[in-house]
Amino acid sequence: MRRALPGALSPVLFFAAAMAAPFVLSNQYYVSVMTLCAINALIVLGLNLLLGFAGQISLGHAAFFGIGAYASAILTTTYAWPIWAGMLAGVCLAAAVAWLIGVPALKLHGHYLAMATLGFGVIVQIALNETTWLTGGPSGFVGVPRLTLFGYTFASDRSYYFLCAGTLALAVALSRNLIASRTGRALRAIHTSEGAATAMGVHTSRYKLFVFILSAVYAAVAGVLYAHYLGFVAPASFGFHFSVQLITMVVLGGMASIWGAVAGAAFLTSLPEFLRALENIDILVYGLVLVLCMIYLPGGLAGGAAKLAKILSNRIAGHAGRA
Amino acid sequence: MPDAPEALLAISGLTVAFGGVLALCEADLTVARGSVTAIIGPNGAGKTTLINAITGMVAPSAGKILLNGREITRLPAWKRPRAGVARTFQNLEICSNMTVLENVLTGAHRLIGYSALDSLLRTPRFLRGEAQARSMALGDLAFVGLAEAADLPAGQLPYGSQRLLELARALALKPDLLLLDEPAAGMNIRETRLLGALIRRIRDERGVTVALIEHDMDLVMDLSDQIAVLNFGAVIATGTPSEIQKNPQVVTAYLGE
Ligand SMILES: Nc1ncnc2c1ncn2[C@@H]1O[C@H](COP(=O)(O)OP(=O)(O)OP(=O)(O)O)[C@@H](O)[C@H]1O
Ligand SMILES: [Mg+2]
Repeated sequence: MRRALPGALSPVLFFAAAMAAPFVLSNQYYVSVMTLCAINALIVLGLNLLLGFAGQISLGHAAFFGIGAYASAILTTTYAWPIWAGMLAGVCLAAAVAWLIGVPALKLHGHYLAMATLGFGVIVQIALNETTWLTGGPSGFVGVPRLTLFGYTFASDRSYYFLCAGTLALAVALSRNLIASRTGRALRAIHTSEGAATAMGVHTSRYKLFVFILSAVYAAVAGVLYAHYLGFVAPASFGFHFSVQLITMVVLGGMASIWGAVAGAAFLTSLPEFLRALENIDILVYGLVLVLCMIYLPGGLAGGAAKLAKILSNRIAGHAGRA
Repeated sequence: MPDAPEALLAISGLTVAFGGVLALCEADLTVARGSVTAIIGPNGAGKTTLINAITGMVAPSAGKILLNGREITRLPAWKRPRAGVARTFQNLEICSNMTVLENVLTGAHRLIGYSALDSLLRTPRFLRGEAQARSMALGDLAFVGLAEAADLPAGQLPYGSQRLLELARALALKPDLLLLDEPAAGMNIRETRLLGALIRRIRDERGVTVALIEHDMDLVMDLSDQIAVLNFGAVIATGTPSEIQKNPQVVTAYLGE
C-alpha cells in the first residue's frame, strides 16, 4: 500500500519533530504551552481509544486526570513518598477506580457508562472541594515537588517538555500497535455492532472494560506529569468543563484517529493562548473557529489532512502525467 | 472418546418468550452433519429468534440445544464460536469502520494466539500470528470472490458484496455449523445463483454444515437436503424439498397463502 512506509515511520518522525520543536520555538512561554499540549494529548489519545475506536462515552475523564494528579501530589508532599512511588500510586488508583465503575456499567448495553462517568466526575469534584484537610479545598494544593526520576530532576522547562513529549510519543506508538492488532479490531467491531463482535467470539464486556481502564491510565499518567510540572493543582482544572473539552478535542481532531487525537489536543490547547492577543473577543473567535471546523471538517483535523493530502497527490500525479 | 453423533445440532422443546409473545414455542430441530438445512416460514414465525437462541443472543426459557452432542443451551454467546457456531445477520452487521480484510480478520479473532502484550510490543509472535491470520483471511475472501476488495473500506462495498463479506467473516471462524439469516436478501437473480453454488462449496469443500433462513423458494428447493417449516414459533414440518412441497399443512400455512 502507498501508506505503508510513512505509516511505519510516522511515530519516529513525530518524535523527531517534537524533540526539535523547543530549539525552534525556544521562547520559554512556547515551551510551556507545548508541554501542556503534550499532557492534554496524552489524555485525548486514551479517550479516543475509548470513544473514537470502541464507541464508549466517558463524560468524566477529567476526574481520572485529577485522581492521578492529586494522588501523586498529596502522597509525595504531605506523606513524603518518593516521587516514583507517588506517581505509580496515582496511576494505579485511577485504574482501580475505573475498574470499580466499569464492571457494573459495562455489563449492560447502552449509555450506562456515560451516566456513571458523569456522576463519578461530579463526585470527584465535590470530594476535591470538600476534603480541605487533605486536598486544600477549592483554593488548591500547593508545594508539589518537581519530578525527579533516578536521581535526575527535570528542573528546566525544556527538560520537562522532553519528558512529556517522549511519554506522548511512546503512548502513540503503543496505541497504534494496539489498534492494528486483534484487540484493536475487537474494539472497533464493538463500536459498530456488539452483536457481530459477540458472534465472532469477542467477550465484549471484558474488552470494553479493558479499554476503559486503559484510557483512565493514560489520563492518570497525564495527571501525574501535570501535577509535578505546575507544582500546584486545583479542583477547577478537573471538572465537567474539562471533560467536555476533552471530548471536543477527540471530535475536532478526528474520531478513531491516533494523529487526530494529538492534533485536536494541540490545537485546542494552544488556540486560547494565541487568541489571548485579541483580548475581549478571544472567546468569540474561539467559538467561531470551533463551529467552522465542525462544519467544514466533518472528519476532524485528521480527516481534513487526509483529504488535503489526496488532493495534493492527485495534483502532483496530474502534473507528472502531463510532463 | 465416543463416536461423533450423527446429528451436529439437536434442538428440543426450545421456547423463547419476549414479554407475552412466544417467539419460539417448543421447537424441535435436528441438523445432520454435512447437510444443508433450510428454515422457512412466514414473517414473524421465529426463524431469526431460532438462530439467536443457537448463538446465545437470546436466552430460552425452556428446551435444550445440543451441538456435537454437547449441551450449549446456557453457554455465554461469546464462547459459542469456540463450540463451533458462526452466523450472519438478516440486517447486515458489517463493521464499516474497518477495511474488508480487517472485517474477516475479526472473524479469526479466537484463532489468533498472541497476547495483548505481544501486540503492544510488536513481538515476533505478533508478526507471525498476524501474517498467518492475514493469509487465511485472504483465502476466505478469495473463496467468496472478494479478494480484489480486501483493502477497501467495508462500507463502500455494494449491498450484495456486503452479504458475501459477512459470509467470509463467518467462515474465518472455522465453524462446524454455519447459520445464515436470509443470505440472498437484496441480491439479484445472478448473485443468488452464485450464492447457491457458494453454499454448496462451503458444505462440500469446507465440510461445514449449513442452516439457512431463506425466502427465495427456488434457492431453497434447489439447495437443501432438509427443509424445516416454522410457523408461530413451532416447527410444523421437516423433510426433503419434495416432501415439503407435498405437505398439505405446509401449503396452507405458508406456500399457499
Ligand atoms: N428482541 C425482541 N423483543 C421483542 N420481540 C421480539 C424480539 N425479537 C423478535 N421478537 C418477536 O418475536 C417474533 C419472531 O420474530 P423473528 O424475528 O424471530 O421472526 P422471523 O421469522 O425471523 O421473521 P422475518 O421473516 O420477518 O425475519 C416476532 O413476533 C417478533 O416481533
Ligand atoms: Mg428474521
